[in-house]
Amino acid sequence: MSTSMTASRKWRKPPMIKNSLMRWVLIFGCLIYLALAFGSFDVKWARVYEGLDRGWQFILAFAKPDFLSRKSDIIDGMTESAIMTITSTACGILISIPIGLGAARNIAPLPVYLVCRGIIAISRALHEIIVAIILVAIFGFGPFAGFVTLSFATIGFLAKLLAEDIEDTDRSQAEAIKATGASWWQWVTYGIQPQVMPRLIGLSMYRLDINFRESAILGLVGAGGIGATLNTAFDRYEFDTASAIIIMIIVIVMLLEYLSGIIRARLQ
Amino acid sequence: MAISIDKNSQKIWAVRDRNTQLTRWFVYFVAVTVIMYCWQTISEATTWFFVLDAPRIAGDIGGRAMPPKWPYINELWKPLWDTINIATIGTVLSLIIAVPIAFMAARNTTPHHIFCRWPALLIIVSTRSINSLIWALLLVAIIGPGIFAGTIAIAVRSIGFCAKLLYEAIEEIDEKQVEAIKATGASRWQVIAYGIVPQIMPSFAGISVFRWDINIRESTVLGYVGAGGIGLQLKASIDVLAWPQVSLILLVIFAAVILSEMVSAKVRAAII
Repeated sequence: MSTSMTASRKWRKPPMIKNSLMRWVLIFGCLIYLALAFGSFDVKWARVYEGLDRGWQFILAFAKPDFLSRKSDIIDGMTESAIMTITSTACGILISIPIGLGAARNIAPLPVYLVCRGIIAISRALHEIIVAIILVAIFGFGPFAGFVTLSFATIGFLAKLLAEDIEDTDRSQAEAIKATGASWWQWVTYGIQPQVMPRLIGLSMYRLDINFRESAILGLVGAGGIGATLNTAFDRYEFDTASAIIIMIIVIVMLLEYLSGIIRARLQ
Repeated sequence: MAISIDKNSQKIWAVRDRNTQLTRWFVYFVAVTVIMYCWQTISEATTWFFVLDAPRIAGDIGGRAMPPKWPYINELWKPLWDTINIATIGTVLSLIIAVPIAFMAARNTTPHHIFCRWPALLIIVSTRSINSLIWALLLVAIIGPGIFAGTIAIAVRSIGFCAKLLYEAIEEIDEKQVEAIKATGASRWQVIAYGIVPQIMPSFAGISVFRWDINIRESTVLGYVGAGGIGLQLKASIDVLAWPQVSLILLVIFAAVILSEMVSAKVRAAII
């Protein structure tokens, strides 16, 4: 804490950025940017005002969600979402373990490291929807495109965090295993794996939760899941069905989060 | 750690004892069964002919997409600018809403445990579980297509994320500093301003930059449902099968996301 004493000897809060020139440049930069950005916004307020009525209807629809009139569509969509989530998470974990091992600088040689990091970067940079659009064009409509999309997205997430975890492991434990004359395989299973396993399981549970959330939108581009049902409901302005689907998604995500919280707490 | 006994009744070290091992096998068995069942369902819903044909199709599309149509980039600057604006202003809006919600949700600052904390947690969970694309879909239906719907969608989706991380940061603060400010006779607001805010400022900055980076990625696809940004061009190009344009747009998105990730990593490294 710098006690910036002014002439009146009054204490003032120390500023967050010490360099005053830098501070003013940043503030002005932000202001100019905001002015430019708002300048390029063209909001049709009349349309927004008209829409408020419909928005209110949507909020009212949350009070009386309609689970029944499209029951079979909702059940089909939800099962497909769940199935895509489970398979893609499993497949994603299986693929991301070798890639995560390869992307850890302390156990992988440089060429392998670069290739694996490249795969992770591509998977992380492209949004699931973009991947899904391309894969639907390649594989055709249906849950298979969604399954591949989610598996691919899982790799970027899980392999990156796993690699960072492996890089953070305690060297001495791995060293001790190596000193017993263990092969590379034994070294990884007994020296590295026990150190990263609890977090890997936690992350996998978290990814299961994310994959379910993402599977809800893949249907918009024809890659299967509840998203298609939701999109149809919006297109037909059936807000009561849409709100029922949204409530179901929220409840399932909450349950998954609660479950993964319990599992992670038990592991640590 | 356990000991197992082999045929010659000699003790051998084993990683797990028998019961743990059996339980593990059982869990694996159930997991594999469930996954195989799910896989079978997907397999039935798939036209395998298309999948087997996929390498050829992929090669075909790839061949058409290369080389990217570079002159088209002049039409992409405006959508790109819109995309960045959606992400940035959406993040700013969400932070404005997330801060009070985070203070209401944190155990140590909430005004009331039931009437403030639970509604705040409900807002956090419900905004977090719904993808920004669904919010965009909804807002496009309500307030019409355009950047505004996209910005609000990004803002709503980010509230839960930012508020959750922020309230966890508030719960982890050092209570001694708060106590010290309280001991000077500070009011409730002064305690927040001088005792809590300086402690959470670094994580606040980190969270906002982190979310901004995620939002750039999310806003690239909002156009797909009509909520403005570069996704609009992407959808238009895919709908008319203009693959050279698609590949250029993908390159631009890739560059924008990588750049924003680098900026965010730099800023976070500088803060922490």
